[in-house]
Amino acid sequence: MSGPAPDVTLDCTGERCPLPVIRLAQAIRSVAPGGVVRLLADDPAALADVPAWCRMRDQDLLGVDQTDGGPATFDVRRR
Amino acid sequence: MSDTPAGRPEAAPHRPRTYLDAGSSEPLRPIARDTFAAALDEGWADPLRLHSEGRRARLLFDSAREIVAAEMGCRPDDVSFPPSGTVAVHAGLSGLLTRRRPRLIHSAVEHSSVLHTADYYVASGGARDRVGVGRDGRVDVAALGDELDRVDGGPAVVAVQAANLESGAIHSVEQIATACADAEAPWFVDAAAIVGRLPVPPGWSVAAASAHKWGGPAGVGVMAVRRGAHWRAATVADERLDPRNPGYENIPAILAAAAALQDMAADAAARADRQRALTEKLRSRIAATIPDVEVIGPADERLPHVVACSFLYVDGEVLVTELDRLGYAAASGSACTSSTLEPSHVLAAMGVLTHGNVRISLTVDTTADELDEFLAALTEVVTSTRERLGAP
Repeated sequence: MSGPAPDVTLDCTGERCPLPVIRLAQAIRSVAPGGVVRLLADDPAALADVPAWCRMRDQDLLGVDQTDGGPATFDVRRR
Repeated sequence: MSDTPAGRPEAAPHRPRTYLDAGSSEPLRPIARDTFAAALDEGWADPLRLHSEGRRARLLFDSAREIVAAEMGCRPDDVSFPPSGTVAVHAGLSGLLTRRRPRLIHSAVEHSSVLHTADYYVASGGARDRVGVGRDGRVDVAALGDELDRVDGGPAVVAVQAANLESGAIHSVEQIATACADAEAPWFVDAAAIVGRLPVPPGWSVAAASAHKWGGPAGVGVMAVRRGAHWRAATVADERLDPRNPGYENIPAILAAAAALQDMAADAAARADRQRALTEKLRSRIAATIPDVEVIGPADERLPHVVACSFLYVDGEVLVTELDRLGYAAASGSACTSSTLEPSHVLAAMGVLTHGNVRISLTVDTTADELDEFLAALTEVVTSTRERLGAP
């Protein structure tokens, strides 16, 4: 995925929602405002829930990338 | 001695159960039970025969058709009773797709029976287009209009439900009917969410519903095909009482369904007002009491008996099993509660949180006190579940 290099990368493959979103919420606190957390998740619910979390918690979803069959990659920037 | 697992709210002993899942099935109306018992004695014979027993059964069938037709806003002869709402949708929608091979336009939030019919149509070479919904779950009528106006589109059939039982959203049925009429596209309406509760809108060509949603017995669907609709049976036809619905009619169940509908429709407006006040209060109290919740569906154009919400950092399966342990029956659209482990297509189409989802749907008898107690239980369950999951 293009864009800024992540400050933290979280591999949540194999985990079911809400765990990836909980780990994202914890990780976003570990970076400074403007910092980027990259999340990898293969739970289909993450495709809906990571954008919804960003909207509810007012964080920036920089992009979502999914190649066939692989886990989705989400880049989230802390506000 | 309590055997409550550590960190979980304790279930009150001998507390009566509170069933809050009318959206899945309204409890059987007492009049349906009585009618069914009576009709087993009166309506068992073959309604096609000319003997007294047969004519008596036929009379019961005809009166059930009249009652249901009055609610649907069509003629008695338009009404069939397939063995479920799902079969009613399969047969009702497929029957509009047999001639001219039209393009099927459907909303992204249709019931799975509509989506499965569309998949089947596509697999057999048919074309389909989806129309999305807003964040509130209401069908994007402008997008439907654009889809209908497409110059390269050709003839179309539109499948848009009257309302959605997962989000509670009531769609803009008048505008949808007008858009379909202007484009000369038949409108198939899945009316399962509203029959017996809200007026069925005019303008459809084929409509479907399901008796157990209005307090009738399971095993009775409704398929209404308006006279003049370009509908033809997609499967094997029959030559019995109702050529559109093959097989020997279950007249006792059909009559019981009609009796329940008459009962539900009689005070539908007053009940809707009462339920709307109850759910309005529950929606605002959930939002005010429990942090990190998304109360979903429209604030105004919503089913009176449904409240749906999603809680951040909570597992939907844990939510419904813990509520059940405390005596409350509720539903969830979260992935972990579905057989496929896919989140609800309705929640995903709305772009709302799909985990931690719970849908509360009031029965005819649900009281304000029950909802007060439920809210306390829900608050406890959400709080303790978040603690156990280490939610931030």
